[in-house]
Amino acid sequence: MTELLSPALILVASALLTALLRGHWRTAVILLAPLATLWAIWQVPDGVGATIPFLDYRLEPVEGSPLRRLFATIFALMAFAGGLFSFRQARWYELAAAQAYAAGAVGVCFAGDLITLFLYWELMALFSTVVVWAGGTPAARAAGIRYAIMHLLGGVILKVGIEGIVIHTGSIDIQPMLATNFDTWMVLIGILINAAAPPVSAWLSDSYPESSPTGSVFLSAFTTKTAVLALIMLFPGEPVLIGVGLFMVMYGIIYALLENDARRILAYSIVNQVGFMVCAVGIGTQMALNGAAAHAFAHIIYKALLFMSAGVVVYRTGKTKCTDLGGLFRTMPLTTICGIIGALAISGFPLTSGFTTKNMISQAAIDGNLAIVYFMLAAASAGVFLHAGIKFPWFVFFQKDSGLRPKDAPWNMAAAMVLFSALCILIGVFPEVFYRFLPFPVTYEAYTAGKVLFYLQLLLFSGLAFFLLLPLMQRTLTISLDTDWIWRVALYSLARRAYAGLASAGHSLEARLHAAISRIITRLQRYLDSPSSDRAGRLEIFSRAQPIGSTALWIAVLLTGYVLAYFL
Amino acid sequence: MNRPESDHWLVRPATVRLIWRIFIAVLAATVLAQLAINVKGYFGVDGWFGFGAVYGFLACLAMVLFAKLLGGFLKRDESYYGDRAADDD
Repeated sequence: MTELLSPALILVASALLTALLRGHWRTAVILLAPLATLWAIWQVPDGVGATIPFLDYRLEPVEGSPLRRLFATIFALMAFAGGLFSFRQARWYELAAAQAYAAGAVGVCFAGDLITLFLYWELMALFSTVVVWAGGTPAARAAGIRYAIMHLLGGVILKVGIEGIVIHTGSIDIQPMLATNFDTWMVLIGILINAAAPPVSAWLSDSYPESSPTGSVFLSAFTTKTAVLALIMLFPGEPVLIGVGLFMVMYGIIYALLENDARRILAYSIVNQVGFMVCAVGIGTQMALNGAAAHAFAHIIYKALLFMSAGVVVYRTGKTKCTDLGGLFRTMPLTTICGIIGALAISGFPLTSGFTTKNMISQAAIDGNLAIVYFMLAAASAGVFLHAGIKFPWFVFFQKDSGLRPKDAPWNMAAAMVLFSALCILIGVFPEVFYRFLPFPVTYEAYTAGKVLFYLQLLLFSGLAFFLLLPLMQRTLTISLDTDWIWRVALYSLARRAYAGLASAGHSLEARLHAAISRIITRLQRYLDSPSSDRAGRLEIFSRAQPIGSTALWIAVLLTGYVLAYFL
Repeated sequence: MNRPESDHWLVRPATVRLIWRIFIAVLAATVLAQLAINVKGYFGVDGWFGFGAVYGFLACLAMVLFAKLLGGFLKRDESYYGDRAADDD
């Protein structure tokens, strides 16, 4: 019986308890449930446990392998550190949603079949949306809707692919495939949407920075990295991924360089880092897949650490723009040091986790004789130092004196940052201990004198470039357009014009259409674009938005009645 | 706060000058160290003397300039999306 129970269910239960309990009981659940999950993860044996018959298929809710346990371990660790970071500051619904979100991620890790994978995939989409909404501002609500639309769309595409595979092959197994036909392309696209791949990378930098100071820590970890895991399991060696990954790497750097919002800089650098992993999956050798898995593990730690330090700054100052910040090192020494450790780790400085994990991907490019990939990854390593390694700590903690003198991090936030800083350094200093947990045997030697020297030259001269080019990088009060402009502005204007055209015609049939379209427009206005929601009250009665909830409720009641009548 | 001597020691001009000197010395050391340590060239050029330094610097220069160029087309006022909604009312 127990082999049917995924470790994810512990986090599902703790999400429910987090919502129901208060005070010390809730704190105990938030901190202990991830640790219990961690224990359960290491009890999962290799291979498929029991199966459950469902329709004509046999579901495999729990399948173990070193790769699956590795990803589940970091997701559980993340749930613990994120809980520690946020339990005194975040609202109860954000904490509960974050636990359910983590449950989805752990569930995906152990899903033995595509149907189970899809269920946990949607669990993540639902509760990550709640985490975005927990930002609490009108902008967060609007960004959350855009985020939900993107992820539900991705879910539909993934589902179409899965259905196709099930119909055409009769198998729901999770096994390596290549994007060779419509079904597999749909699965690949569905996963890549979650990985923030082009052309829809913008969802990530649109939504994560709108969440609360604590919410962005959770958001940075799960969605994109479960996508990386899914790619490793389903599409190792898919050549398209090399190009997609390299594009993401460069996209992240360029947009982060243009950005003024500190948390949005970090959001762009998630796309950049996931690009390294996607590229590695595309290379597809054992070294590359080890590199992708190791880098995902290390990345979750240092990226969460960076979002924690940015979160403390937002929590203490309420400011998030580089132009408003600066000079915070005076009163926030611990946050500054932890932020710098995270920044060094993401840049892959020797003795940090980035050096011992990211360079495995470069080694895979060398082994595969992929010169262009290797040189682009090396340039990107320099670029990472430029946009995240120096730019983030420099503009937030040093730069000019903004006059702000906020207090340093509260004790629980400080503890979480110290824990993750220590892990960044431990993985950097003792890589061979960490390498034992990778999916394939590791023959890679992380530290050779030549390699250390090459990367020191590369990174330190990037640092020189940063300070010499500072005049070119003065922050401006701007955002950068992305592909989401197409649906946020172009399609929206088109819809408005169509609406205006219909309105002027004035036929009775069109009057009805008019009412319907104006309802859609109202919703579009509210959800896609406008943070203000006081508009509905001023519109005519036919163009007012009707609550979807009540319709959904009535449909649910009718369906329940139908099911009861059918069985009685 | 603005008088240099009363500010935090880390941002006093004397300290900043010292940090720059140390930084430049370290930069020089990393390049000169290649006289003693062999950097393996996997694709030929990457084993050249000081290749990492030059490549790192030029890559950053290229990325910053490209970002600057692209910024000319892509940058909008930060209220771009927000104001549009207000205009529509």
